[in-house]
Amino acid sequence: MFYRENGQFKSTYASDQQMLPILQDRIFMAALLVFAFGAVPFVVSDYLFLSLVIPFLILALAAIGLNLLVGYCGQISIGHAAFMAVGAYAAYNIALRIPQLNFLVVLVLAGLIAAAVGVLFGVPSLRIKGLYLAVATLAAQFFTDWLFARVKWFTNYAHSGSVQTAPIEMLGWKIDAPVEKYLFLLGVLVVFTLIAKNLVRSHIGREWMAMRDMDVAAEVIGIRPVYAKLTAFAISSFYCGVAGALWGFVHLGSWEPLAFNLTLSLNLLFMIIIGGMGSLLGSYIGAAFIVILPILLNQAPQWLGMRVSTAMTSHLELMIFGALIIFFLIVEPLGLARLWAVGKEKLRLWPFPH
Amino acid sequence: MLKNVIGKNWPVLTLGVALLGGLLAPFADKSTMPGFYVEVLLGGLMAGVLYSLVALGFALIFKASGVFNFAQGAMVLFAALAVARLAERMPLWAAILLAMAIMVVLAWLIERLVLRPLVNQEPVALLMATLGVAYFLDGFGQTVWGSDIYSIELGIAKEPVMILAGLFQGGILVNKEDFVAAIVAAALVLGLAVFFQKTPTGRALRAVADDHQAAQSIGIPLNRIWVIVWSVAGFVALVAGVIWGSKLGVQFSLSQVALKALPVVILGGFTSVTGAIVGGLIIGVGEKMAEVFLGPVLVQAFDLAGGGIENWFAYMLALLFLLVRPEGLFGEKHIDRV
Amino acid sequence: MTGMADGRAQRIGEVVLAVEGVSLSFGGVRALADVSFDVREHEVRAIIGPNGAGKSSMLNVINGVYHPQQGTIRYMGREYHDMDPHEVAASGIARTFQNLALFKGMSVLDNIMSGRNLKMRSNILLQALRIGPALREEIEHREVVEEIIDFLEIQAYRKTPVGRLPYGLQKRVDLARALALEPRILLLDEPMAGMNMEEKQDMCRFILDVNDQFGTTIVLIEHDMSVVMDISDRVVVLDYGKKIGDGSPDEVRANQAVIDAYLGVTH
Repeated sequence: MFYRENGQFKSTYASDQQMLPILQDRIFMAALLVFAFGAVPFVVSDYLFLSLVIPFLILALAAIGLNLLVGYCGQISIGHAAFMAVGAYAAYNIALRIPQLNFLVVLVLAGLIAAAVGVLFGVPSLRIKGLYLAVATLAAQFFTDWLFARVKWFTNYAHSGSVQTAPIEMLGWKIDAPVEKYLFLLGVLVVFTLIAKNLVRSHIGREWMAMRDMDVAAEVIGIRPVYAKLTAFAISSFYCGVAGALWGFVHLGSWEPLAFNLTLSLNLLFMIIIGGMGSLLGSYIGAAFIVILPILLNQAPQWLGMRVSTAMTSHLELMIFGALIIFFLIVEPLGLARLWAVGKEKLRLWPFPH
Repeated sequence: MLKNVIGKNWPVLTLGVALLGGLLAPFADKSTMPGFYVEVLLGGLMAGVLYSLVALGFALIFKASGVFNFAQGAMVLFAALAVARLAERMPLWAAILLAMAIMVVLAWLIERLVLRPLVNQEPVALLMATLGVAYFLDGFGQTVWGSDIYSIELGIAKEPVMILAGLFQGGILVNKEDFVAAIVAAALVLGLAVFFQKTPTGRALRAVADDHQAAQSIGIPLNRIWVIVWSVAGFVALVAGVIWGSKLGVQFSLSQVALKALPVVILGGFTSVTGAIVGGLIIGVGEKMAEVFLGPVLVQAFDLAGGGIENWFAYMLALLFLLVRPEGLFGEKHIDRV
Repeated sequence: MTGMADGRAQRIGEVVLAVEGVSLSFGGVRALADVSFDVREHEVRAIIGPNGAGKSSMLNVINGVYHPQQGTIRYMGREYHDMDPHEVAASGIARTFQNLALFKGMSVLDNIMSGRNLKMRSNILLQALRIGPALREEIEHREVVEEIIDFLEIQAYRKTPVGRLPYGLQKRVDLARALALEPRILLLDEPMAGMNMEEKQDMCRFILDVNDQFGTTIVLIEHDMSVVMDISDRVVVLDYGKKIGDGSPDEVRANQAVIDAYLGVTH
């Protein structure tokens, strides 16, 4: 009844191609943004910001990055945390050696460096695909693990191998308090999501999806596989590089080399499988899921009055992750985002059944 | 003719020459003792055998069902845990038999709950499903069997033995356990080869590996075959688990170590049992050599904080192989029909 | 019918594509053996032959998907035998597929828009910000695509994911995507396979319209003899990878070797 397109006729291609063609969607998005920027800072506690919202936002950014490569372009990567590591260490070194630079510039530079490394490790995708490519990306993961742990220059010769960062200061604004971090991240996320959405619906996005769906046919209609795959790797790594820098600077503050290990890579993959591959919304949903689940598992036994050891909760986490991956792959390979889309379809017909 | 062969295969040959060079490089340093070199070589071969054991499971499953079993490592851990814990209450042989039965049940469950529903999906989806299985098994295994470090007592002496003291100065230290492992692995490979070539089930497995639909059309029950394959892989995982476990102790890191087997199947070829063995040996030797001889050189040259080359050497080697010869040494070339 | 053929015969021009001595093998299997024929501008050239004769392989060779062990393709003054498919597409040859190689994850509109890819040149940064040339491009090419959609009468389905369409409509989308390249030569691989009488008539009409209105040279593989006889100017017959007939439909129909091939006389 409410969610209908009645009367919403488009008379120009421009209006038909806009991001949110349905009026109700536009209203919802506007309301969401107002809520996120205007209401949340006053309603949410510091603890929730630090433990939930901030990691959620940063992981959503990384998930968008991985989704562009895996969900939209169909290239598998199970070592993507490597590019987050590159971004984090690049940002650290740039900020260290050129302290006058605005942090946003540092972020972009870190992203570009991560993009370059991404292109390098994306080269194998030109010759191999599927599980072979998965192994190649693992090589990236283990190599960067080793690189940042052993080559002392990256950690500025720190004795312990870990690095520490000072709170971000931009144009006089010291981003210290959780609320400030949140607002900064929210701004970054909005911009990056917009860019991702634009890319996905323009011709590079179609090139990626064509490569994903049928690469031989894509080539036959003139798409250059090298360009499509390497740009996918580049932009995906750019996003993950920025996310890595944010993860290190805003969320962790200080980190050791293993902060960006295989577990994080696999978590990113799970985010987009559960959330929805080939869907920006899915990246957000998946990130939320991965962040909330451990906390839920920690608290749920208390609510149910049972006592469960921390070891047990981590085992349960593994089991639930595993079971959910399998469940989603069988039941809804397009993830929760697809369920959301189906729900919206039903909503358009409501209150009629069909 | 020879020029033609070289011309076509120059990347592989270059890689081969480079590897050979790497193998002989330690002798460039005059201080390398031949005895020590042989020790490292043997250590590498032994480690390689252990990798091969895990890689065998990979190759078997891929050969028969085209599925890349990310959960092989988790299966190794699960089997090892089962044996270790059961052996606390019963003699070792009984524990092993019971664990084998459990692995068969596991194989049946995996086929029923994971493989069958996903039978028509792309390989990437199946890969990720096995990833899910790996996660689940890791958690489940530790829930059921516990998460401490356990040991498996095979009754083999743990002290190394000194051999060939006459030939090399100071002799060479060889681990009895490793020796037994090598023999077991060889026996396993032989047994599998016989199984595949001589028995009807083995032939059916090879038919399925070749062409699922054709095999079905001559009446081979696909589902049962897959249960058999996963059970055999489970058996291989059990053997690997017992040997690894007795050597390293049964702990969570076992399933991660098994990730090393991935480069092994890349080198050897995903569908080749021989490849799993040869690949394992190459990776084992290469890793050890790189760690012991190349490591110090790199540490000196780049002022690194310690070695750890082992962590990525196998993968980088696999990466090079992927670029040069993706089908591995013994695998089949894949042709895309349009 | 003959009137139309006459009209077309006047327009048929010089040789635009020539296949010369092409041989193709896969491992031990010979797909094509020393095949040579030419295609003239603006004509409708049919390739026929029993199953397994190598027809699709021939198109794949022209496209650059397969690289022949021997022989070359001469097109627009260039001789090639190992061009990549996207280079061939860029030089003006488009094709449809026997088994429909549509992009299942996208809508009809997006599938056809992807065919405009060769003409869309704005760089990534502009696309990311969706300003200036990038924005204009999207709209300009959308207009072209809409014309193609009108031409093939699939307006109602433009936002539908292609996977949900019936087979006949999917074939039209495949054709639309190929047309979006504005090709000089259009290779059609069994465009009427699996269609009923009505759908075939529609498809014939579209193919002839493409040839008439846009002057596109058509090379098509087809099994339905009546279609071949009706709409093609010249026919090539393949059997077991070899050319056994080449000429006008009437000539080919009377060719004894062709009759034998179809009736299965042992060689």
